[in-house]
Amino acid sequence: MSLPELSHDEILRYSRHLLIPEVGLEGQRKLKNSSALIVGTGGLGSPVALYLAAAGIGRIGLVDYDVVDSSNLQRQVIHGTSTVGKLKVDSARDKLVDLNPDIQVDVYNEPFTSENALRIARDYDIILDGTDNFPTRYLTNDVAVFLGKPNVYASIYRFDGQASVFYAKEGPCYRCLFPEPPPPGLVPSCAEGGVLGVLPGTMGTIQATEALKVLLGIGEPLIGRLLLYNALDMTFDFVKLKKNPNCRVCGPNADIKELIDYEEFCGVPSHDHEEGSAGSNWDITVSELAERVKTNHLKLVDVREPHELEISHLPNATNIPLGQLAARLSELDSAEEMVIFCKSGGRSARGLELLVSAGFKKVKNLKGGINAWAREVDKNLPVY
Amino acid sequence: MPVLRIPTPLRSYTSGQSEVNVSGLKISDALTDLTTQYPTIKPHIFNDGGELRPFVNLFVGEHNIKDLQGVETPIKDGDRLILIPSIAGGCHCEGEARSREASSIWQEVN
Repeated sequence: MSLPELSHDEILRYSRHLLIPEVGLEGQRKLKNSSALIVGTGGLGSPVALYLAAAGIGRIGLVDYDVVDSSNLQRQVIHGTSTVGKLKVDSARDKLVDLNPDIQVDVYNEPFTSENALRIARDYDIILDGTDNFPTRYLTNDVAVFLGKPNVYASIYRFDGQASVFYAKEGPCYRCLFPEPPPPGLVPSCAEGGVLGVLPGTMGTIQATEALKVLLGIGEPLIGRLLLYNALDMTFDFVKLKKNPNCRVCGPNADIKELIDYEEFCGVPSHDHEEGSAGSNWDITVSELAERVKTNHLKLVDVREPHELEISHLPNATNIPLGQLAARLSELDSAEEMVIFCKSGGRSARGLELLVSAGFKKVKNLKGGINAWAREVDKNLPVY
Repeated sequence: MPVLRIPTPLRSYTSGQSEVNVSGLKISDALTDLTTQYPTIKPHIFNDGGELRPFVNLFVGEHNIKDLQGVETPIKDGDRLILIPSIAGGCHCEGEARSREASSIWQEVN
C-alpha cells in the first residue's frame, strides 16, 4: 500500500523524527497512515493522546463519556480549568487539534461497551488501554484479541504502574496474566486509594512509546514482558509473560468466542457511581441524618483512613479505617444505633456488609458519604 | 534469604514494608513464612482452597511460578520474588462494591 506524502509543513513539523534513521521519512509517512484508538481520556489517555497526536498519528479515536471535573486536573493534563464541565472527548479533541491540525480526531462520547466496542475499534490499527476499571479493561483486551490488534496496556495505583503490550498473535493477552478480576472491594480503587498525579504521565508516555514502536515496526516492544514501575522507590522491574495455554480468549481451547457481560464478570459496574449505596434498606441520606442527629443519639463510625480526617471530619465520629474494622468490632456496641460513613459511600457500604454479617442490625450507611454531607448540609466542609 | 517484593496495594498488610525477607526452600515455604509474619495478607493472596488467587501472580526473578513448578518451585538465598496483583487504575466505582465473595473474605480477616 502506498503511504501518504508529507507536505512541506509536515516535514518541518516532524523534522526531529525525520532525523532519526529508525523513523525517517518513510516511518513518518507510516505514522501518518496509522490510526490509534484510545479508550479513556483520563490520567493515562491524556499523555497517550497528546504524544500520539504530536507524533503525527494520522487518525486518533477517543472514547469517553465523562465530563471534565476539577478533581481530574491533578493528572489529566489534556484537559484544563477552562474545560471543566465540558465533555472530555470534546475537551481532548480541541487540545489535540490545536497541537496538530494535520491529524484527524474522531470522538466517541459513549461508554465503551460490549454493544459498541467491536464497531468502534474495528477500523483502528492499535488500541491503547487508558481505562480505569476492570470491566472495561477486560472488554478492551477481548476486543483486541478478537480483532487481532495489539493492546497497549498500562494500569496505575498510588505509586505503582504496570505496562505491557498484549498482542495475542505474538504473545500473551491480559487474561493470560490475570484470568479473573479481583472480587469487588478486595483491591482498593484510585478513588479510594489515590494516585500520584504524575504516575499516569509516566505510564501513559510509556504506552505512547510502545504504540509508536509497534506502528513503526522498530525496537523491542513490551510483547511478552510486563513492566513494573514504582515511583516512590524509582524502580523499574521487568518480568516475562508467556501465553497461558488455558487462556479462555486466546488459548487453543478458548471458550469465550464473543464479548460477554463484563460488569457481571467483574461484579462491579464499569461506569461512574460516585455516590456509594448499600441498598435502599440500609441507606440513610445526609438530610435524614441531619434531622436524626437533632433528636437522637447516633453512633457515627468513619471508616476512612486517618489522613483523610484532616481534609474533613464530623465531630464525635469514631474513626476505624475499613481495613481494621473486622479486627476492632469489639469497640462497637451492636445494640447502639449506628451510621457508618466514608468519603462517598463505597467503603462504608462494604463496612456495613461486614457489620451486618457480624450480627449488627441497627446500622445504616450514609449515602454519598461525607462529600454528600459537605455538599448538602455543611458547606463549610470541603468536597474531595 | 530470598526477598519478596510487596506491591503498593498489599503494603497495608505488611506494615508498609515494600520488601519482606522470607525463608524456605520452595515458594510454598516462603508464602507460609510471609503469612506467618503478616497474617492479614493471607486472604488477599490465597483463596479458600489455599491456592493463589487468579488475580495475583508470583514471580521468581523474571519467571512466573505458573511457568515453573508452581508453589513447589525451589528458591534459594538471594532470589527476588515479586507479587503482582491486578490493578484497575483510577476506578471510580467505589460504590456498589459489594459481593458475597468480598464479604466472605472480610469474614476470613475477622
